[in-house]
Amino acid sequence: MTLKLPIFMDSQSTTPVDPRVLEAMLPYFTEKFGHPASRNHPFGWEAEAAVDNAREQVAKLIGARDPKEVVFTSGGTESINLALKGAAEMYREKGNHIVTTAIDQRATMDVCKRLERQGIEITYVPVGRDGLVSVEEIAKAMTPKTILISVMFANNEIGTIQPVAEIGKLAKEKGVLFHTDAIQAAGKIPVDVEAMGIDLLSATAHLMYGPKGVGALYVRRKNPRVRISPMIDGGGHERGMRSGTVPVPLAVGFGKAAEICREGMAEEGKRLAALRDRLQNLILSKVDEAYLNGHPEKRLPHNLNISFAYVEGESVLMGLNKEVALSSGSACTSATLEPSYVISALGVDSELAHSSIRFGLHRFSTEEEIDFVGRRTVEVVHRLREMSPLYEMAKEGVDLKSLHWKAE
Amino acid sequence: MAYSDKVIDHYSNPRNVGSFSKDTPGVGTGLVGAPECGDVMKLQIKVNVETGLIEDAKFKTFGCGSAIASSSLATEWLKGRTVDDAAKIKNTDIVNELKLPPVKIHCSVLAEDAIKAALEDYKEKWTKSEAPAGQSAS
Repeated sequence: MTLKLPIFMDSQSTTPVDPRVLEAMLPYFTEKFGHPASRNHPFGWEAEAAVDNAREQVAKLIGARDPKEVVFTSGGTESINLALKGAAEMYREKGNHIVTTAIDQRATMDVCKRLERQGIEITYVPVGRDGLVSVEEIAKAMTPKTILISVMFANNEIGTIQPVAEIGKLAKEKGVLFHTDAIQAAGKIPVDVEAMGIDLLSATAHLMYGPKGVGALYVRRKNPRVRISPMIDGGGHERGMRSGTVPVPLAVGFGKAAEICREGMAEEGKRLAALRDRLQNLILSKVDEAYLNGHPEKRLPHNLNISFAYVEGESVLMGLNKEVALSSGSACTSATLEPSYVISALGVDSELAHSSIRFGLHRFSTEEEIDFVGRRTVEVVHRLREMSPLYEMAKEGVDLKSLHWKAE
Repeated sequence: MAYSDKVIDHYSNPRNVGSFSKDTPGVGTGLVGAPECGDVMKLQIKVNVETGLIEDAKFKTFGCGSAIASSSLATEWLKGRTVDDAAKIKNTDIVNELKLPPVKIHCSVLAEDAIKAALEDYKEKWTKSEAPAGQSAS
């Protein structure tokens, strides 16, 4: 079989829609186009039944007791916005402090920054070298004013899986709400809001082979009953928490994607972890001074993040981008021109943050692709090192840290 | 980001990658940028001390594709110029030639800095006194 190029290996950014998902969605664009809130005719009933079914499929994936606890949104970013801003507003009387981590994703960071401007205090708990947040550190950060802990389930860059169940337990003990951004985790690894003490959970369809444009916020209804202020006012859809017509085809796709993920999770996770390990070994056995970022075991099965000392990430991507789609923590690949704050937060040298490459495997990744990507990555890194002054100096025994760099 | 054809060409087929020994007569070395900023350029010129002409130039760059292309282009332009002429290369010339987008202009600035640093190092070492001075600070 010939390899089809370019190879997509950026599955923490998005995933392709599974053909089974698309098939489930299609009728809801044309013949089954009703509005799920139209209560008085069959078109509405049909749409409502489809949305209810999707809600149940998503609820099952995350272990929610009641499908009504699933609120459809436009995606992960909206879910995070709704969870954090909605809780901050609703519980303003109770307190004004939120605890999160230094490596939570951009949406959480940006929402927190806005909330800070509105008088909410935020603590960004640091993480260890492996990307893990310590539950004790979270406990220490809490004050009598704390209303919410928000910790991502698994990191989008390094794949590190946080001790979510322990954090949930802590939150319960302290009587504080717990939100987790499970955008990367849901559908990939077991997520159980009941067993893990999760009160609010954000997820998105397009990272689990569903369509872009739909996500969900799980909002606990019992023990405790969580209330959040809506951000969008209107027809009172989604139990008043998120007005706006539910995009039925997208919701149906989300539900189907969740069902497929749940049914195949164990097998798929095992297969992808084996492929990922193969890629990791291919690269680390052939490149010196290449470092795995994140926790070696507690990580997503389909994620691999490696920093290559002495070469800059974007230049690695450029050498590969006709053949392989990857992502880098390099400043040059970000809109802000800052290197990855996630890799930086691990306490690794900042030049290694510029050198990080993320490999994201997915349902359709093959062993052949893995071998190709591994081989080409090694070639490109070696080529770039041949033209790297830092590599040359390091080989000459120059201590790069002892030099006084004339920065721009 | 889409790259211009010239950036891709210099990245894929970089001109004059390599190093001269810093003590070779007529060699000037510029090392600019910082690893934590994600860009370091080493640019070297080899000047014929008799004629003042730059006979050869080499570079090594740690940085993005545009940084590699900027320094590769710089070495191409340096060859055959006089030292005085070389000082006239401006970052805007590099921007225009490589069609660098605004976010990559700093790569061209760094290349100009590297040229200047190499020229200074050359003058310092080979035109002021008979004996070569100590290695440059960087």
